[in-house]
Formats: sequence, C-alpha cells, structure tokens
Amino acid sequence: MAVDSDVIEAAGPYDRARALSAFKVGDVTFYWITRICAISVLLILGGIILSLIVGAWPALREYGLAFLTTQRWAPSADPPVLGALGPVYGTLITSVIAMMIAIPVGLGIAVFLTEICPLWLRRPIGLAVELLAGIPSIIYGMWGFFVLGPFLANTFQPLMINLFDGVPVLGAIFAGPPSYLSLFNASLILAIMVLPFITSISVDVFKTVPPVLKEAAYGVGCTTWEVVRNVVIPYTRVGVIGGIMLALGRALGETMAVTFIIGNSFKIQSSIFAPGTTISAAIASEFAESDGLHQSGLILLGLLLFILTFFVLAAARLMLMRLEKKAGN
Amino acid sequence: MNFIRTIVAAGMVAASTSAFAADITGAGATFPFPLYSKWADAYKKETGNGLNYQSIGSGAGIKQIQAKTVTFGASDMPLKPEQLEKDGMIQWPQAMGALVPVVNLEGVKPGELVFSGELLGDIYLGKVKKWDDPAIAKLNPKVKLPSEAITVVRRSDGSGTTFIWTDYLSKTNAEWKAKAGAGTAVEWPTGVGAKGNEGVAGNVSQTKNSIGYVEYAYAKQNKLTYGAVVNKAGKTVQPTIGAFQAAASNADWAGAKNYYVILTDQPGDASWPITGATFILMHKSATDKAAAQEAIKFFKWAFEKGDKMAEELDYIPMPDSVVKQIEKTWSAEIKS
Repeated sequence: MAVDSDVIEAAGPYDRARALSAFKVGDVTFYWITRICAISVLLILGGIILSLIVGAWPALREYGLAFLTTQRWAPSADPPVLGALGPVYGTLITSVIAMMIAIPVGLGIAVFLTEICPLWLRRPIGLAVELLAGIPSIIYGMWGFFVLGPFLANTFQPLMINLFDGVPVLGAIFAGPPSYLSLFNASLILAIMVLPFITSISVDVFKTVPPVLKEAAYGVGCTTWEVVRNVVIPYTRVGVIGGIMLALGRALGETMAVTFIIGNSFKIQSSIFAPGTTISAAIASEFAESDGLHQSGLILLGLLLFILTFFVLAAARLMLMRLEKKAGN
Repeated sequence: MNFIRTIVAAGMVAASTSAFAADITGAGATFPFPLYSKWADAYKKETGNGLNYQSIGSGAGIKQIQAKTVTFGASDMPLKPEQLEKDGMIQWPQAMGALVPVVNLEGVKPGELVFSGELLGDIYLGKVKKWDDPAIAKLNPKVKLPSEAITVVRRSDGSGTTFIWTDYLSKTNAEWKAKAGAGTAVEWPTGVGAKGNEGVAGNVSQTKNSIGYVEYAYAKQNKLTYGAVVNKAGKTVQPTIGAFQAAASNADWAGAKNYYVILTDQPGDASWPITGATFILMHKSATDKAAAQEAIKFFKWAFEKGDKMAEELDYIPMPDSVVKQIEKTWSAEIKS
C-alpha cells in the first residue's frame, strides 16, 4: 500500500520495529473502519424496526392479533376497522405465482446462456437480461397498465376462463370476468421484474463450475441435460438459491409496478383474475391521505411485511443449511 | 404519532425548503395542482414573486401545515371547525371542481345516460350488476342497454376525489352510507382500483362496459362518455360550468362556520350534485409572518385575476359573494 511504503521510506535506514508498528496502525484502523461499517447496518435496521413499532403501536393496541385474522379494511368506518388478511394474502399469492413463473424461466435462460447458446447470441441475450433489471419499476407499472393488462384481459384471460369453466377448483381459480387489473397480471409483471435477479446470479455461479467436472461428465457419455441436472445444479445450488431468495425478497416488497396493476381490493377472492392488493401497494396507495389509526394501521402493515420477509429469508437460510448438511453426508 | 407526522412532513418538504427563500411554500391536494402552478407562473411574471407548491395529497398537506413546515396547506376535504380552532388555523375555499360519472358503453353518447345518486350507489355497492338492470332502464327508457356485467372502476389511492364521490353517494344512498361511508379511502364493496384520475380514465376508456368517476377535466380531455345526473331538486342536469357554479352559489357559505361546506348534493334546479371545493389552510399567527402576508397577497390576486385561467383548465372560480366574505375573514383573522 502507498501509505506503508511512504512510512518506510521516511524512516530512512531500515527499521523493523517502526515498520511493523506502521503496519499495525494501518491494520487497527482498517479493522475499526470495517467493524463500524458492519455494526452500522445493525443500528440502521434497529432504528427502522423501532420507528415502525412506535408508529404501529396505536393500531397494535387497538386491534391486537385480530389485525392478522380480519379481512375487512374500512378506514372510513367509525371507529376504523382494519385487518391485514387481504394484503397479506395478496402479497403471498402474487409472490408465489411470480416465483412459479420466474424460477423455471430464469434458470432456463441461465442454462441456455452458459451451456447451449451459440457464442454470437450470448451477448445480446445477456445484455437483454441486464437491461430488464435496469428498467425502473414505474415503467413496468405503466407498461403493465397500458399494454400487458389489456392484452391479458382481452385474450389470455377469456381463454383460461373458458378452458376451465365448470372444472372443480381450477374453475374457481380462473374465474371471470376478465380484468386488466388483477392479482394474476401483477404476478406476471413481478415475474418479469425478478427474472434478471435469478438469471444473472445463476449465470455467474454456473460459470464457476470447473470445466474439468463437466468435461468428465460429458466424457462418460452424459447428455447436456444430465450434466446440468447432476453436475452444474448440485455444484451451484447455494448460489442459485441465493439468487432466488433475492428475487423473492424483491417480489414481496415491490410496490410501484404492483400498485398500478393489482386493482387494489382488500377482499380475498378465489379467482386470480380478480383484483387484490399487497401490503406495499396498500401502504403506497393510502399513506398520503391517511391519519390517526388508519395511518398507524398502515405502518403496522409495514411492520408485518418486515417480519414476513424476515421469516421467509430465515426459512430459506434454514433450508440451505439442511441441504448443505445433506450434501456433506 | 405526532413524532411520526413531523418526521414524515419534514422529509417531504426537505426538498422544497432548499428552494428560493423568497418563495411562498405550500403543499397538499393534487387536484388543484395544475391550477395553482398556472396561477403561480402568471403571478411570478407579474410580481417577480414565486410560489412553490408540492402536490402530495390532501392528508399530507394538512399534516404539513399543522407541523408549520409550509406557509399554506391545501386540502380537498375541509377541516372540521373544532379541529381548526385547536390548531389555530383558518381555511377557505379557493376554487371548485366537479366529478362526473364516466362510462364505456358501445353506442352511448356523452350526456345521454342518466344516473341518480341512489343508482350510482347501488352500482358501486355491487347490487346493480348488469347494464340492462331495471333500475338503469327506468331512468334511461330511450337508451339501448346491453345485457353485460358492469365493471366498476374506482380510485386505488386515497384522494379528495374519492371523498367527494363517496360523500355524494352517502348523501343519496342510505345503504352506501351504512356500508362504506365517506372518506378519502373507504371499504369498497366491489370494483377494481386504478391509480389517480388518469388511471381511472385510462381504465374506463380501455374496459368495455365499465363505469368510473373522474374530475370533469379528465373526462373532457380524454373524451370519455360522461353521464347526466338527477340532482336534489329532481332535475336531470348535464355537467357544465354553469351547473357547477350553480351548486356553489346555492350553498350556504354565509351560515357555515369556517367555510365548512361540502358542496355535494346542493339544492337548486341547476346544481350539479357532485361538486367539491378545494381549500387553503393557514395559521392565524404564522411563524414567518412575511411569507404568510405574501401568500395572502397571492390568493387575493388569484381571486381577482385568476378566474379566466381557472376556466381554461376546467376549474370553477368561486362566486364573487363568497370571495368578498373570504377577504373579510383574512383581514379579521390573519395576524401580521
């Protein structure tokens, strides 16, 4: 490092003790700077949790656990009746559907890019995926509202509704009327938005698989599918799951695009073509015009999202640890 | 709670306070934003004094003026007189706007379809589900109504527009009042929510057999099919500037304390029933007295010279009688 060499030069004839102490000062400073950086994360997180709890306290005292089990959201009633069931349901459903679409497609793109794709096509596809990540969420929202929504409502949804009409369970899930503001449309937008997270990270970790392993597998006669299935994926499992978790985190908390296209209904309906809402969409929609208990209720929703995300990520870590243990045996 | 409010308010104006020190700052309702910015532009040209208005929503505007982070607040929903007294503030209506029901129905021309408040309430309650429902047919014997399901469109964000709409439904439909009530955000029994006036306008124009409500200006600019409405006097009125102004003139401004008048469902043969005023809120004794004086000067100028600009943007100027009364309030209440 520049600092060290300066010190050594200034010392004139070589002085081992001084040089060592200079190294030590540098080391200690570095230790403390990084330590403060790391600890500041905990402080910021604690501050956020604390202010959420302070803000949510009036609602927490008023509704208690019933907040979690009430579906009704009536801020203008006297006194307001607020329940989180609708937004929690919407948050989970949209994230699950988004992941169901994004994981296979994202991994598919990643496998194609690293294993199958001809060289000349790699750059354009890779670039397109990165661009997808760079588009601001409000643009996704507008595109969803003006382009994707009408398309789904006019073509895809009527098709599905007619296809599953009268079929038990599926008939209720794909029930009409078609609408271009719906849980499903929001899920689809979310899937597109989280796709780059899964793809980029998967591509990067797939590249870390030692060529020797793959070549050996091919050497014993494995097909590409078998190489991916038995060599690439097991070798990179931790990284892939990390990418998926990052994507899931984004899906749970995404606000702007979802607010545009989800239709903001606090009622839980069986059809995924019906409007719904998510925690973050509800907060974004109503916060500016809220006060008193209503606002406190929205902050409580925020706290809930925080906890929800925490548990999802914790569960993912746990799952990862188990997988690693298994692989170790 | 106050602590949170202050933080939110302070955060939201952080950007605005760093602007020119001589400027008047205001924050609040999004609905009058185009009007206030047009006025501010003309005022700056004439006097050299600027105005910085942040359209962040009525509720946030009220919070900011309560926290004294701005010179004035703006709200589509008047504060109750008791609340005003408590905060040491005054309020007055600065301009008016009107809402119109808009529909997307094949073959129906603007102004052709007639609604009553009760019918609109039943549609928004989800009780009237199809366009050929007898309740709609009764009011529209000459219109050919399709046997299609009605798609109800409403605002997803809390807004003064929603307050005016739901207040009107509450006054004309008892069941609506009991089930949903009036507010900037209510418990919607049915329908899909779209963001902002432009969201509702866009959604209605793209969804067949839908109904929504927007500010008159949005209906006009987007060439949406608006409906006529039966008013309190039982007359069917079309949405026109004259009908909106009639609603304001027929309101009892003189008898109302602190201008606490909600303009929906006013009496009078010509009154458009879904009309609302947008209010300005100020402290009687402001921390920055010079800025407060400057703000009053601006609003006085707007009343005197801003009418034409308001009409160009499809807002409705306050009637002169009301303006005179407001000016009296200023000289009596604002301490300099």
